[in-house]
Amino acid sequence: MKSNGNQIRTLKKVLRYIKKYGLYVAESLLLALVIVALTLYVPVLTGRAIDLALGKGQVDFQEIGRILLRILLLSGLTALAQWCMNLSNNKITYGVIRDIREQAFRRIQILPLKYIDSHAHGEIVSRVIADVDQFADGLLMGFTQLFTGVLTIFGTLVFMLTIHVKITLVVVLITPVSFFVAGFIARRTYHMFQQQSKVRGEQTALIDEMIGNQKVVQAYGHEREALEAFDRINDRLEKCSLQATFFSSITNPSTRFVNSLVYTGVALAGALTALKGGITVGQLSCFLSYANQYTKPFNEISGVITELQNALACAARIFELIEEAPQVPDAPDAKVLTDTDGRVELSHVWFSYVPEQKLIQDFNLQVKPGQRVAIVGPTGCGKSTVINLLMRFYDVDSGQILVNGTDIREITRESLRDAYGMVLQETWLRSGTIRENITMGDIRVTQEEIVAAAKATKAHSFIRRLPNGYDTVIGEDGGSLSQGQKQLLCITRVMLRRPPMLILDEATSSIDTRTEIQVQNAFARLMEGRTSFIVAHRLSTIQGADVILVMRDGNIVEQGSHSQLLELGGFYAKLYDSQFAG
Amino acid sequence: MKNLLGYLKNYKKETILAPLFKLLEASFELLVPLVMASVIDRGIGGNQTDYIVKMCLVLVLLGVVGLACSITAQYFAAKAAVGFAARLRHALFEHIQSLSFSGIDTIGTSTLITRMTNDVNQVQSGMNLALRLLLRSPFVVFGSVAMAFTVNPKAALIFAVTVPLLMVLVFGIMLVNIPMYKKVQAKLDGVLSLTRENLTGVRVIRAFHREEEEIRDFSGRNQELTGIQLFAGRVSALMNPLTYVVVNGAVVLLLRRGARQVYEGGLTQGELVALVNYMTQILVELIKMASLIISITKAIASGNRIQGILEIPSGPDRDGDKSREDLACTEGIGAGQTDAGTPKIIFDHVGLTYHEGGEEALSDLTFSIEKGQTVGIIGGTGSGKTSLVHLIPRFYDVTRGRVLVDGVDVRACAPEELRRKVGIVMQKAVLFQGSIRENLLWGDPDADRAVLEQALEASQSMEFVREKEGGMDFQVSQGGKNLSGGQRQRLSIARALTRRPEILILDDSASALDFATESRLRRAIRELGDETTVLIVSQRISSIQHADQIIVLDDGQAVGIGTHEQLLADCQVYREIFETQVSGREAGGVRGDKEVSE
Repeated sequence: MKSNGNQIRTLKKVLRYIKKYGLYVAESLLLALVIVALTLYVPVLTGRAIDLALGKGQVDFQEIGRILLRILLLSGLTALAQWCMNLSNNKITYGVIRDIREQAFRRIQILPLKYIDSHAHGEIVSRVIADVDQFADGLLMGFTQLFTGVLTIFGTLVFMLTIHVKITLVVVLITPVSFFVAGFIARRTYHMFQQQSKVRGEQTALIDEMIGNQKVVQAYGHEREALEAFDRINDRLEKCSLQATFFSSITNPSTRFVNSLVYTGVALAGALTALKGGITVGQLSCFLSYANQYTKPFNEISGVITELQNALACAARIFELIEEAPQVPDAPDAKVLTDTDGRVELSHVWFSYVPEQKLIQDFNLQVKPGQRVAIVGPTGCGKSTVINLLMRFYDVDSGQILVNGTDIREITRESLRDAYGMVLQETWLRSGTIRENITMGDIRVTQEEIVAAAKATKAHSFIRRLPNGYDTVIGEDGGSLSQGQKQLLCITRVMLRRPPMLILDEATSSIDTRTEIQVQNAFARLMEGRTSFIVAHRLSTIQGADVILVMRDGNIVEQGSHSQLLELGGFYAKLYDSQFAG
Repeated sequence: MKNLLGYLKNYKKETILAPLFKLLEASFELLVPLVMASVIDRGIGGNQTDYIVKMCLVLVLLGVVGLACSITAQYFAAKAAVGFAARLRHALFEHIQSLSFSGIDTIGTSTLITRMTNDVNQVQSGMNLALRLLLRSPFVVFGSVAMAFTVNPKAALIFAVTVPLLMVLVFGIMLVNIPMYKKVQAKLDGVLSLTRENLTGVRVIRAFHREEEEIRDFSGRNQELTGIQLFAGRVSALMNPLTYVVVNGAVVLLLRRGARQVYEGGLTQGELVALVNYMTQILVELIKMASLIISITKAIASGNRIQGILEIPSGPDRDGDKSREDLACTEGIGAGQTDAGTPKIIFDHVGLTYHEGGEEALSDLTFSIEKGQTVGIIGGTGSGKTSLVHLIPRFYDVTRGRVLVDGVDVRACAPEELRRKVGIVMQKAVLFQGSIRENLLWGDPDADRAVLEQALEASQSMEFVREKEGGMDFQVSQGGKNLSGGQRQRLSIARALTRRPEILILDDSASALDFATESRLRRAIRELGDETTVLIVSQRISSIQHADQIIVLDDGQAVGIGTHEQLLADCQVYREIFETQVSGREAGGVRGDKEVSE
């Protein structure tokens, strides 16, 4: 019941998207009506023509000619209607999925970082791409087949009834047998399919594990054992797969058999009636073709319904994304941050990603303009948490962060983020030209400014050597550039904007020593006179900092200058010993 | 794809019988219109009730026999297809196991996994369909034509024209459409990569508040996709209407010519009905055939992708793929016997290129490591540290020079044997589903409890393993997700130690450990004794500075080899690394040699 309710809710949402294409939907439905009526009428005409050719010497050529002309005309008309219907179905389907996709993408842009960080990117992408695609298939099929299918069934019934009631009854009575058979087989095979997907899942897990870590498997000479384990599952899969495949494939022959019974029933009843002069041979032939047509949509519809259910399940997953709560929007009276002097204050800040796991507790920090704050700690201790809070990728649970004395929640996100220049260790470049990557789409920037920034970071020399200089197109994620070059580009990007404050994530060990020194120098030039927060790995950076925040397991455990912290003899001192001392 | 058919070998009988029974069924189906024609002509025309009933019984009989044949065919087809897929999966898995590391690198593990799952499934259902329907549909089409000829050759000429026309239409539209769908796919890929880019770069995009631009960009690409989808749809939307017109046109012709023949007495009314029936049957089958061909094309594409994997040559031969004479191992140094004087490992002018024509990842490395020595390897990311150690167990083969272990060129050794001597702990700590004990036994299946405990002790794992429920029987979930990164690292070190290896390689494998654990670990490894040669790869000076020998790599070249003190004196790169990591020591005060004094 619950899933039914969900399906209906999803269906309603889908209908909301379809509404925009109401005109096309109306056209499509109208055309479907015309098509069904015409396709059903043609066999009547064919039957009539056959009746006019009774036997040797008994043929009414004139009348037949007229009928044939009509068949030609009508089938031409039908074809045209079919084409138009197909086109408008396409318009609806592709239009709807375009809109849905765009909605999903818009939503991604305003989703809280929390959502994006906690969901596998592959999964989100698969919702926007694969699920939408699957949904389109189902929708298109639904439009083209479901409606015409239902119409055909009713139309056929009406046409058959107008010809002969009793023979129609024969058809109507035998057809349900086919459902019964199909349903019976489906129920029986359901658990076989479940079994199959369970074993298949086991096998995929094993494949994932062994092939995914093939190097370890080989390093330990574990190939034979892995293959044996694989074969055990493979054999089981073969067995249950055979069962499921075979038993499910009985459905088709069985329903076909029932259809042939319908056909025979019509033949028998029809022929006997014809003997008594109840119907003509032409009508019988027309009936036979109806008997074929009547059973087909039933089979098709059951297929379409499975497909539609599948489509709705996909749609539900997409809507889940689209309806995911967006980040808190900027307050309507949010200020635009201007002329930042670089004063940052964290006052009684509490924050955690999940309520059960306390992270930052009652944290206080005052940063004066131009000060350098180094964040240090072992790998994976949550140094990026501070960045997340400063940039307002996440909001504090309680307490406040002030820039220029204003709570950052009262400032527009745009102007807050504008005030920071950010360089992350994981460089992110997009496919596009070097120039686009430096300007980040800002068209007001002049070539001179770009070059000046690139010279300041020493990126200019390698950019100049690229095939098309600043217009060289780089692929997704920087393509052929080296890690160090990517980093230099990201620094140039920030250099160009000359923000009053900086957030930098030092590379741990990305590059060859020479580029590393260049990057260091670029960082240093960037930091001159700016308030900077640096996730630091180098001792020189740490020692030069005005304040050092020491993090451990997500918490800020110590805070102070280098000498103060060493004096303290706590975690920092230990860390310092192990990392940097002999 | 063709070569894959070999995996059907064990299912010859099924492969032949399945289509055969399908054809039988189709032949019975083809008889139906004929029976119907005689019902009309002899039964109704001749006013014979008995005959009508008899013929209807024949129809039922045809149905029953058809059903029996069809179910038999389905069974054989399912058996062959499922068995084929199982053999194929086995072969594929086995082959992937034998791939060299470079092979795995070039293809990528995610691709390998897709090939083993999606693609094999695709091939299985394609094979099943092909066995059942590939012969059936054409058979029905041509059978219908043939039957039409037996009914009335003159009227049947219309069939001879219509069928080719329909085929041209159906396959023509398909042929036009396939490249279009490729274009659709390409556009879809564009939309996909943009979406992914936006997720990975979400921080940068928001930091630079480019959200609106991204949406605009996406809208543009999305619109392009829709445009090309509509265009492709316009063509495929032609299929049904056009075939409908052609078939109805043919029926009209049939009726006209048929009527004339009926008038002349060459054709009965029932036969006319039969001809019309055959015509509609043909249309149904042709459309089935079109969709069948699409599925089979997909299956073949998958099959070719699988074939591509199977064609990648296996890694080094199990017996050593170069004959010993080819290699210099018989020359002077050691020739296989491990004299006390033979260095454990020798690199002799070694060069390594991953891709043909690419730059060398390692170039001209020459050094030797004595048995029992501890050697540190240091350098930035991409300087070739991992490549260097991977040459020792022959994960990759050198492209220049040679690597000798115990005086023998490794290329003359069976990788399995060689790897038995080596315990390697890789950067990414990987554990497998199963108990901790089972994971450790990967190192040596015959290891007893004492050995396992020793390994746990040395790797600093004993403490946390004891705390786990069941101790060594604690079940590790897939990928070791129920353990912390540091625990995984320590257990993978324990796994290597279980092997009691002659050569222990630690490839930056203590990064998740805190300082105290790491130094205890280092001490435990130092205590392994003279039997074990240890190679430690690290980016931290502190991890390797006490090694007997340190190799400094920069850009694939050894820029310095020696002890810590020697390198500080002679090697500029080493000094630079040292300075960025350690130079603050003096400034920071007297703290320092704590590690040493321990």
